[in-house]
Amino acid sequence: MPDSGIGAAVRRKEDFRFLTGKGNYVDDIDRPNQSYAYILRSPHAHAALGKIDTGKAKAAPGVLAVFTGEDIKVGSLPCGWVVKFKDGSPQHEPPHPVLAQGKVRHVGDPVAVVIADSKAQAKDAAELIEVEYKPLPAAIDMNAATKQGAALVHDAVPNNVCYDWAIGDQAQIDAIIAKAAHVTKIDIVNNRLIANAMEPRAAIAEYDRGTGEHTLWTTSQNPHAIRLLMGAFVLQMPEHKLRVISPDVGGGFGSKIFLYAEECILVWASSQVNRPIKWTAERGESFMSDAQGRDHVTHAELALDKDGKFLAFKVSTLANLGAYLSTFAPAVPTYLYATLLAGTYTTPAIYAEVKAVFTNTVPVDAYRGAGRPEACYVIERIVSKAAQELKIDPAELRRRNFIAKDAYPYQTPVALAYDSGDYFTTLDMALKSADYAGFAKRREEAAKRGKLRGIGICSYIEACGVAPSAVAGALGARAGLYEMAEVRVHPTGSITMFTGTHSHGQGHETTFAQVISDRLGVPIEQIDVVHGDTAKSAFGMGTYGSRSLPVGGSALVKALDKIVDKGKKIAAHLMEASEADIEFKNGAFTVAGTDKSTPFGAVAFTAYVPHNFPHETLEPGLDETAYYDPKNFTFPSGTHIAEVEIDRDTGDVALVNLTAADDFGTIVNPMIVEGQVHGGLAQGVGQALLENAVYDARSGQLVTGSLMDYCMPRADNFPSFSVGTHATKCMHNPLGVKGCGEAGAIGAPAAVMNAVIDALGAVGIHDLTMPATSEKVWRAINGRQAA
Amino acid sequence: MPSVTLTVNGKKATAEVENRTLLVQLLRENLGLTGTHVGCDTSQCGACVVHVNGVSVKSCTLLAVQAEGADVLTIEGLAKGNDLHPMQAAFRENHGLQCGFCTPGMVMSAVDLANKNKNPSEHEIREWLEGNICRCTGYHNIVKAIKAGAEAMAGGR
Amino acid sequence: MYDFKYQKASSVADAAKVIGGDSEAKLVAGGMTLIPTLKQRLAKPTQLVDLGGIAELKGIKKDGNAIVIGAMTKHVDVANSPEVKSAIPALADLAAHIGDPAVRNRGTIGGSISNNDPAADYPSAVMALNATIVTNKRKIAADDFFKGMFETALGADEIVTAVSFPIPEKAAYMKFPNPASRYAIVGTFVAKTGGNVRVGVTGAGPVVFRWKDAEAALGKSWNADALKSLSVKADGLNSDIHASSEYRAHLVGVMARRAVAKAG
Repeated sequence: MPDSGIGAAVRRKEDFRFLTGKGNYVDDIDRPNQSYAYILRSPHAHAALGKIDTGKAKAAPGVLAVFTGEDIKVGSLPCGWVVKFKDGSPQHEPPHPVLAQGKVRHVGDPVAVVIADSKAQAKDAAELIEVEYKPLPAAIDMNAATKQGAALVHDAVPNNVCYDWAIGDQAQIDAIIAKAAHVTKIDIVNNRLIANAMEPRAAIAEYDRGTGEHTLWTTSQNPHAIRLLMGAFVLQMPEHKLRVISPDVGGGFGSKIFLYAEECILVWASSQVNRPIKWTAERGESFMSDAQGRDHVTHAELALDKDGKFLAFKVSTLANLGAYLSTFAPAVPTYLYATLLAGTYTTPAIYAEVKAVFTNTVPVDAYRGAGRPEACYVIERIVSKAAQELKIDPAELRRRNFIAKDAYPYQTPVALAYDSGDYFTTLDMALKSADYAGFAKRREEAAKRGKLRGIGICSYIEACGVAPSAVAGALGARAGLYEMAEVRVHPTGSITMFTGTHSHGQGHETTFAQVISDRLGVPIEQIDVVHGDTAKSAFGMGTYGSRSLPVGGSALVKALDKIVDKGKKIAAHLMEASEADIEFKNGAFTVAGTDKSTPFGAVAFTAYVPHNFPHETLEPGLDETAYYDPKNFTFPSGTHIAEVEIDRDTGDVALVNLTAADDFGTIVNPMIVEGQVHGGLAQGVGQALLENAVYDARSGQLVTGSLMDYCMPRADNFPSFSVGTHATKCMHNPLGVKGCGEAGAIGAPAAVMNAVIDALGAVGIHDLTMPATSEKVWRAINGRQAA
Repeated sequence: MPSVTLTVNGKKATAEVENRTLLVQLLRENLGLTGTHVGCDTSQCGACVVHVNGVSVKSCTLLAVQAEGADVLTIEGLAKGNDLHPMQAAFRENHGLQCGFCTPGMVMSAVDLANKNKNPSEHEIREWLEGNICRCTGYHNIVKAIKAGAEAMAGGR
Repeated sequence: MYDFKYQKASSVADAAKVIGGDSEAKLVAGGMTLIPTLKQRLAKPTQLVDLGGIAELKGIKKDGNAIVIGAMTKHVDVANSPEVKSAIPALADLAAHIGDPAVRNRGTIGGSISNNDPAADYPSAVMALNATIVTNKRKIAADDFFKGMFETALGADEIVTAVSFPIPEKAAYMKFPNPASRYAIVGTFVAKTGGNVRVGVTGAGPVVFRWKDAEAALGKSWNADALKSLSVKADGLNSDIHASSEYRAHLVGVMARRAVAKAG
């Protein structure tokens, strides 16, 4: 199957519908007799709620109902993870109501919902709701929020600290640092980002009074998790009466993992008004209601010996959680961050402490990479800074400290055990592709044009394929993280596969079909992959953390193995041979050492038309389900190299070259993998140069609350990228795959910032915070020249 | 309510709309042409780009009543049955789309460029896309697709 | 968006009558600013008067030593006009970089200058080229037209019908765009017309202004270096998260020097 199996750049099955306008996104769906919801949101960062007068709104044309927090008494939005304080006590977990109760805690906090015959009527009526707000001092700046006397986001959370967590032995590290030949120190801000998937969140809820069934169409990366969390925790609704459908979803990047208030409000309200209700976020609403990403402030110290070997790494981080705990939030700056602080290096001792802080801002949760970009940025910035301080070539310093090729499995000091990798090869590939050797000449040439040119390296690692359930459970996860696959072979041999993962751009309908085609020899046109509907796929944990192929694909392989096993039994019966002699290859069952052969299709047919069938030992049908719980995380790695030119007069940074050499293990579809890398790189570059969520420090208004001020990367911000891969297989999953969705966003920020700082080194500047906007760079250059 | 009559994908269509109804709402809600998307509220993302009288326009920034009598082409009108337009085919061939949400606007914008410039350079393509935001692809394959699509269109495929 | 009455004006006089009789009525030209504003519910006009159907407002012609552009002429048509490209290539270049292609296919010169957004491109050209704004009532000199942020000299029932740009010997426009909105953080238009130098600056202040020190220096010596020792005062300039007033002041100088170099 070289043309459609594993390794082939198969053109995507899903593209025809997307290219012809036949995609089926939530907002494209209309239900009979549908009504519309508009959510009234807080204009204040922090205020006590007085009287809410909905009388005029209720009387407005077309209005069916208006509900406030007084009306909708349901459970709190749950958090999926518990992180503990250093002393073992659990994190603070204040309630997260779906509509504000007594207080609003960020601009955009939902206060009331209006349901009307039309969207415009709902919005018109919302303006008639009179809300009495008593503004309170707000905690906006994360650092200030932890100080004595700061305004409290939640009265029951002292100093706004959700948890103060640590990993490693501080005393041991301090002792090493005290004696080290060299210590590099760095202060880092990991800027807050807004995912801005191009499709704004949307939902439709419908209630069938006849059957008591609720259906929710929603823009989710994990419909089964939404059903579980909403049913069990918020609405106390049994799962067999709640169906959640995520049809085509227009990008997620993490922001569509979480259970959101609007989804719960709609499901609850649709049974109250007894009509389907649709809600579609305007982009402005997305800015103030989609969970945001990153937002760390970190101090780090790296101890080295006289030869540049890393001895110890100490990291202290403040992580902003926003006003409420979002679904995954506590895990992001801890288990997905601090456990990655070994990076690709043999650093023997690591200590990290993380203080997570509530502020009167939009909740913060996973965004593409989730914790790993933050870890990578700290490591790769400090390594390049150490190289600059010690006057060692940054590629050489990395090489000196890389984990050796033959050292796997490699146990890091921060819990993770890497199963495979080869950082040397991807580094060399990237250096070659980026013409690292020729950089000095390019810098000289740029200087003649008055430009500052810089090059930056980042050798990242990430942990993907979340996650072994037992490990996740021990770390405080409230769910398992296995995956499900069902392979339903139809009587004439075509196949429908059901997965619990969800594709919102990643191309699962093609990739999974390739795996099936490869294993069963069935043409890809005869395979459909179904996802995103709790009534179709039995269960699943969804798509995030680059887990779909490592975990979902492994479940698929297990199900395919079961199909082949059963097929062998049927074939043995048909060919009157012993099951042990049956081989399956190229879509046919054969009897070893004979020319007897039965095609897969004939076996499938026999399974459903079992006239000649071993009924005593086998059931009819050919439909197998498998669950796969990963044995370990997977560890994609690689090197990204960026090259920039800075306009000295304006401070404008132009990215002129970006190279990626990645190890994703086995690659099923190289075209799709390259696309994932490109997209991740662009988001990483966005973080380094363009994107920044800015809140007014006093009012708590999101200053970058629209695309007019939040800088989304455009085509002209980039050169074409140069990408390549080198595979070391994952040792513990059947396909040897590692996951590729987040690598670009993890590696690119440090590569780009190292390049910017390399360029600025020429004028004596060795530090700058992201994003490297033109004014910031101009100020840095200018400040230096004036001094 | 005012009534608007226009030609959409070669067919006459009439719809009753409010004066405040946008062209994109008329297309999506009145005519069921949901291929044209809305990705922002500040006229920047370009997911809603359609052709009005032969040129690309953001259908979220035009009132339906302003389109009275206009000839509108949406993503649904580009392919001939199952035969993709050369630009659509180039997007598929070059993996110029992932989640598909920005894609209709991207393709309509690209077709407008190729109508005006038979052989656009990478630089010209990147500049042209100022009004079309994609969050998935990093634009790399979109640029490749548009170059290939423009060539195919010029070749009269 | 709040609802409103809508009508297509059949003539300028017709449109003037409506807006003269209803202070809450608004004209819509290309709508590229007005419609987003309405969508955000930042304006609540009683009625919209669409100028899109008035043929007399469209078109570009050379009139003696000037290029006259009808108010409803779209940016794309200015950008592609052979007359503009040959007589005032800097103006065609400016128009070719307003917004994005879809915006240029709808947005008009009359709409842009009547709206007078502090970050719009056209006002800088109008100032630097010393254009005359023609309305249904009178002719207004560029220096008298732009009054303040979103404020012009236009009366209640006054409508821009055309803009007449004298043809310069040399001219160029340089823009430093806001990375998010792509509006001008600073746009500087330099022009030498009949021996006179004028420099129009948009984006930097609450309203387009002339940089007179630069005009004097360039009048003596048309050379980017002539501006090297000059600077604009930051006081009173715009300041936001993308650019402080100090940075804007600096960029005015950089863009002016680059524009002079570009003009040759």
